[in-house]
Amino acid sequence: MAIQSPSLEIPAGSVKATPASATRGYWQQVRRRLARDPITLICSTVLLLIIASSLAAPLLGLADPYKTSMIRRLQPVLSPHYFLGTDELGRDMLSRLIYAGRLSLFMGVTPVVCALFIGGLLGITAGFVGGGVNMLIMRIMDVFYAFPSVLLAISLSGAMGAGAENTLLALTLVFIPPICRVSESVTTQVRGFDFVDAAKASGAATLTIVRVHVLGNVLGPILVYATSLISVAIILAAGLSFLGLGVKPPEPEWGLMLNTLRQAIYVNPLLAALPGVMIFLTSICFNLMSDGLRAAMDVKA
Amino acid sequence: MDAFVPPKDRGGPAQPLLLAKGLRKHFPIPGGLLGRSSKVVRAVDDLSFTIAKGETLGVVGESGCGKSTVARLLIRLLRPDRGTVVLDGDPVDEPHGINLNELRRNVQMVFQDSYASLNPRLTIVETLAFAPRAHGLPTHLARARSRDLLAKVGLEPATFADRYPHELSGGQRQRVNIARALALQPRLVILDEAVSALDKSVEAQVLNMLVDLKTELGLTYLFISHDLNVVQYLSDRVLVMYLGKIVEIGPVEAIYGNPKHPYTRALLSARPSMDPRKRTKEAPIQGDPPNPIDPPSGCRFRTRCPFAEEVCAKSEPALADSGAQAVACHMSVPGSGHSKAA
Repeated sequence: MAIQSPSLEIPAGSVKATPASATRGYWQQVRRRLARDPITLICSTVLLLIIASSLAAPLLGLADPYKTSMIRRLQPVLSPHYFLGTDELGRDMLSRLIYAGRLSLFMGVTPVVCALFIGGLLGITAGFVGGGVNMLIMRIMDVFYAFPSVLLAISLSGAMGAGAENTLLALTLVFIPPICRVSESVTTQVRGFDFVDAAKASGAATLTIVRVHVLGNVLGPILVYATSLISVAIILAAGLSFLGLGVKPPEPEWGLMLNTLRQAIYVNPLLAALPGVMIFLTSICFNLMSDGLRAAMDVKA
Repeated sequence: MDAFVPPKDRGGPAQPLLLAKGLRKHFPIPGGLLGRSSKVVRAVDDLSFTIAKGETLGVVGESGCGKSTVARLLIRLLRPDRGTVVLDGDPVDEPHGINLNELRRNVQMVFQDSYASLNPRLTIVETLAFAPRAHGLPTHLARARSRDLLAKVGLEPATFADRYPHELSGGQRQRVNIARALALQPRLVILDEAVSALDKSVEAQVLNMLVDLKTELGLTYLFISHDLNVVQYLSDRVLVMYLGKIVEIGPVEAIYGNPKHPYTRALLSARPSMDPRKRTKEAPIQGDPPNPIDPPSGCRFRTRCPFAEEVCAKSEPALADSGAQAVACHMSVPGSGHSKAA
């Protein structure tokens, strides 16, 4: 009755017919799923275009985004020499929209990345250690949760004064609690699995267990969530600039441009809407992309 | 690597490999002001037993009687509220004893849920190499060992080493879990319902493999299960638990052939019979086990015991030798006041 080989429980064909190539890692599966998702692919392409063009703006042979011209103010879209018209000071809109991407994207991504580090660290610590530490960290986060995020960002920026650095700081603070909460809940979930207990029972150091067994399983969902926050950050940063709390003129930034062009809304509504279109396009692409990532990473064997 | 000398025998064959004395774990119930509360679940209450070198001690009992808590206490995934664990003469986590790291070199565990106990993001060989690497074995050696371990549990290393857990069947995953428990060359392996979730045919294969591994590697098993037949097949001695207490412990022949405690008798008569003429007519015990938050006074089994008398509510029966086995029942203690006591 003793067992010599495992062949009894493996369907005879499966072992022979599945060489190493069929053994796919998790990330290979994710990549394969993403390749089959046209919406995510389109959004990623659009985002890449926006990011690449704003980064490479000086190489594109665009007009000077700061050069004003009193006689060529508020030229309509598709006018000669000015593909997307000019703003209220006669500056080239196309050039300014592309250059503005640098600051707007920076203001959207940086706070989320900073908050990802701080909030992720806090959340994973709270989730893995549990008990009193969890209680302390999560109750502090709840204090931040008591305020609506927009209000919190505005009041922090207002208190610290206008300027890009203060906006970044305010936005980082706003995004730490939600990222912390998501990190805490996925870590708590992973900690409950037997493989973490098995790792503890192996006598490995706590940091090794977190690195090998926890991070690999929580990083995916946390990153997906953070991606969805980038769109919010871009909108919030633009909103702060619109209110005069963020970037100062004449720096091109989508929110600020929206603000300065609002006087022209009756004269040339299409022109005034352009920065808004850029904000909308970027944030919806980030949102749809994070949805696609979430779907692709939700692998259940 | 001096970290990789396998743990050796120290006290000789007569010294028990593991001795648990007065082990107790009460779980506080969350609730009340600021999460504090006076109510506790008495999961394990003053448990004392020994495991001899080379034997298999089976642990049986209903769901929720504290079997898994005992396993987690022994390997220190849970800290006992009271009591000591002595491993081959060395008290665990005490000034003159061994630390937890050493305990875990000696004692390993196989969990019930074969899927949840494997990290889905790691390949099989990575999972198996984790513990040896954490104990200082260089990566290439740890990987080579992992492949040997796979072969030892009947999985072809070339086929399975680089697979992920979701690409394996339940039986194959449980073999990997057993291999992982063996990776540190332990002396005692705790099998917590390790075969309960498997198909009957696969279960038989894995059980046979466990028997073979035990002889080959000179292991000692603590085998926790609710399946009485499996326990009978595998165990040398059996420990019967009820509501966090030992009600009867003894050699497998004595427990199965001549059960003394009414609870053990009820458990054994609840086994489905292969013989249609011996079909179980009525439920041997009625109702659910009492709430472990507020266990009955005296003998904990008295609320469901057909022989319960006044004395059973008054005093708690101690575990006392009664022939080959030890039983915690007033009926087995002469002069206890129970009418059936000899």
